[in-house]
Amino acid sequence: MRKPFQAALALAFLATGALADDWQTTLDAARGQTVYFNAWGGDARTNAFIAWASEQTRARHGVTIRQVKLTDTAEAVTRVLSEKAAGQDRNGSVDLIWINGPNFLSMKNQGLLFGPFVTDLPNARYLDLSPGSANTVDFTTPVAGMESPWRLARFVFTYDSARMDAPPASMAGFVEWAAAHPGRMTHPDPSNFMGATFLKQALLELTPDPALLQQPATDDSFATASAPLWVWYDALRPNLWRGGKVLPENESIQQQLLNDGEIDIAMSFDPASAAAAIAQGLLPDTARVFVPQGGTIGNVSFVAIPFNAAHREGAMVVANFLLDPETQAHMQNIEVLGSYSVLDPARLDRATRKAFERLPSSPALPTRTQLGPTLLEPHASWMTRLTQAWAERYTRE
Amino acid sequence: MIKRTDKALRAGVLLVLSLGVIGPLGAGLAQTAAASFGYMPALGAHEFGLAAYRSLFDLPGVWTSVRLSLITGGTATLLSLMLAVGFCAMAHDRMSDHAAARWLTPFLAAPHAAMAIGLAFVLAPSGWIARLLSPVLGLDRPPDLTLVNDPMGIALILGLMVKEVPFLLLVMLAALTQIPVRAHMAAGRALGYGRGLVWIKIIAPQVWPLIRLPVMVVLAYALSTVEMGLILGPSTPPVFAVFVVRLLNAPDLNMILPGSAGAVVQAILVAGAFAMLWLGERLSRWAGLWWLRAGGRGSSTEPLLRLGSGAVMALFVLGALAMTALAIWSVAWRWPWPAVLPETWSMRAWVGSAAGWRPALANTLILAFVTAALSLMLAIAWLEGEDRGRMARARWAEALIYLPLLVPQIAFLYGLNVLYLRIGISGGMLATIWAQTLFVFPYVMIALSDPWRALDPRLDRVAASLGAKPWRRLFTVKLPLLLTPILAAIAIGVAVSVAQYLPTLFMGAGRVATLTTEAVTLAAGSDRRITGVHAALQAGLPFAVYALAFVLPAVLYRNRAAMKGGIR
Repeated sequence: MRKPFQAALALAFLATGALADDWQTTLDAARGQTVYFNAWGGDARTNAFIAWASEQTRARHGVTIRQVKLTDTAEAVTRVLSEKAAGQDRNGSVDLIWINGPNFLSMKNQGLLFGPFVTDLPNARYLDLSPGSANTVDFTTPVAGMESPWRLARFVFTYDSARMDAPPASMAGFVEWAAAHPGRMTHPDPSNFMGATFLKQALLELTPDPALLQQPATDDSFATASAPLWVWYDALRPNLWRGGKVLPENESIQQQLLNDGEIDIAMSFDPASAAAAIAQGLLPDTARVFVPQGGTIGNVSFVAIPFNAAHREGAMVVANFLLDPETQAHMQNIEVLGSYSVLDPARLDRATRKAFERLPSSPALPTRTQLGPTLLEPHASWMTRLTQAWAERYTRE
Repeated sequence: MIKRTDKALRAGVLLVLSLGVIGPLGAGLAQTAAASFGYMPALGAHEFGLAAYRSLFDLPGVWTSVRLSLITGGTATLLSLMLAVGFCAMAHDRMSDHAAARWLTPFLAAPHAAMAIGLAFVLAPSGWIARLLSPVLGLDRPPDLTLVNDPMGIALILGLMVKEVPFLLLVMLAALTQIPVRAHMAAGRALGYGRGLVWIKIIAPQVWPLIRLPVMVVLAYALSTVEMGLILGPSTPPVFAVFVVRLLNAPDLNMILPGSAGAVVQAILVAGAFAMLWLGERLSRWAGLWWLRAGGRGSSTEPLLRLGSGAVMALFVLGALAMTALAIWSVAWRWPWPAVLPETWSMRAWVGSAAGWRPALANTLILAFVTAALSLMLAIAWLEGEDRGRMARARWAEALIYLPLLVPQIAFLYGLNVLYLRIGISGGMLATIWAQTLFVFPYVMIALSDPWRALDPRLDRVAASLGAKPWRRLFTVKLPLLLTPILAAIAIGVAVSVAQYLPTLFMGAGRVATLTTEAVTLAAGSDRRITGVHAALQAGLPFAVYALAFVLPAVLYRNRAAMKGGIR
């Protein structure tokens, strides 16, 4: 049975309760809860980090985190949707989701999220939440407090410096490079997040008016904005690995191809991934990171709480723990996760800033200057359209 | 005289089956079908219509994808069947059933996903075979050849065959024990028929009715595999099952509607393939009669048979290489191109991922033994009910049992999950056990029903004439006599349970992590070493149970020569 009215009432009640800044009430309610954290499970480092986080939250707040390892974030979204379909408005199986972009847009539009809750988290005071800042928009969709940031992602390319000396300086340069080295580069299938990001990155550089990409795409704006992209891709494609007819499923498989020596360039949404892969024996010691000169797409990874989460308070405690400056410094440690902090350095005290500066480094880890400027994600509709248009053009009929 | 209580057992089992198996399956299908016709209130879709089908067929590459599925699935099944028949013809009289079962066990125990990952590494241009050849050919970089994920789906066909030929061989060898093969062969040879032709003309028509259902299971799997299609199959577009799963998992939730339409189409594809099979059977019955009467002796089939057996051996070698490669990866640290063996060895993959695989192993063990035990009890109750009611094996009832194996999983799992959610058991061990049992029970029945029915009925009658009541006869005569096939059935049940991916994922809400869900999640990542650890455990667990099924009867019945036997 569905009780939208009661649910809304309960939400309203909870929101006012939290507005009273009763964090202690949340902490008390959370004690003893087990939070089912639905997060992509293909990265062993992230899995290990979540296991560490569970130890911490258990010791501090009596909250245990169980990671539900996903092969695709959409799995968790579909699960919440089927719970809604079955009328299960309480005691849902998903407590916390690592989410962003189109999946967030979907959940927000379908009313599958709990919130707003971000400003109720005590550690939100370290975040830059001023309008328009990276933490308040997700693929141009206003976050509106419905998801809480936890790590910073930047699109980067990985290559083996022993096999390749001059990586292309721009996306346009890839055409020339691939012509000189046929069959030595590829990109993940655009039905995958990373494959779509590769196309978006090229679109941002090649499109005549990048500002257009911050608006929802229309038939007209898409046709004009994407025209140069297809010219570029048609020139690139014949020289891709396997003639562009076979594409790796995701960036991990692509990294494996780099390790197997089948290709020379891989890509990642994590500047530290090359250094971490070396440490794990997954890439040769000579692997390095490069970015095109104009900078690359960056975004913030968020965590969100479904509307029917069984352990909402526990999930809030975990979201708050992820924003703790100590946690963020631990996360930025190259030996742990190596992903950049989402906190605003200006809001941290001196000792904490020092802790960030003292973190170990690695030759495969680019500095913030080397990474260049961060480009904004286009509106989510561009990604959907790009993926569709790509499929229409390049799927064998 | 048949008492009413004797019939009650069978009726009870039938009730459990229809409530526990057919009901959920039908409800799941109905839910999917409703969504495919545009009815899904959770998405705000209330209008019945064909819009979802229209948008499905408007998607680029959908027809290519359907064609790919039909070609790869059909070819793999047909070739597997031909090779299995050929191999049986060649090797049946030279090989004891024991030896055959021992040979086949590792291939049956290895899960599809693990086998596919291993094969991909063996076959790829940067893989094992290429690495062995690279010094000879002077390659400094892997050749840019499409050997895996090829657009024709050859790698996928090969992968399916590596798994399906051993399965068909096993059911065929079991079926052959019910036919006087030696006598037929002697008579046929005496009349001047070549060995191959005796098989095709005399033995195969008798075996066919016994293996028809297993062949249909193979066909349904080959047409709707997701794991193997993802790892070995073509991309842009992939095979249809992968295509549908991508739609169901798209970030845009509205794609669930065309995705559901795709799931229905997937079910129709399988039904169509069954119809073709039936048609083929009719045709060959008609043509075969004419062919038999023509009386050709076909003494020249020998080279063809040898080719077939050669191909089977090649498949076995390929499968063995794939499993070995994964085992080596699990203890490797760096193993870059073009090294034939790892540069550095390490146990870190085992130790480091222990936090991941230990709970998964525990869940897997619980699920495997509970589902195997449940299925076994149900199977024994069914067969015993048949005996007590003096009923012949009913074809329609058997078809009911196999239904979950014949309907593609994606066509009903999503809907089934909604149903379980309504009952309020989704996301836990109970739902997962239930869902897995749907698939474990048919295999346990396949393994147990033939030996059960082959049991000498006089033993039961002797016990009855000595005054033993039915339950006592069951526990003191039948079950001990059937210990070997019962253990074999448990072993198969365990293997099937361990390999379940989609049911575990859907019904466990991802919370019930098993070796297989972990292995598939990690296969999406790039670490072959950790995949190797999970695949080794995944294949090793059923293997250990099989081994136990061999050893236990030999130990328990060491003083009873006639009851020792291994698995048939």
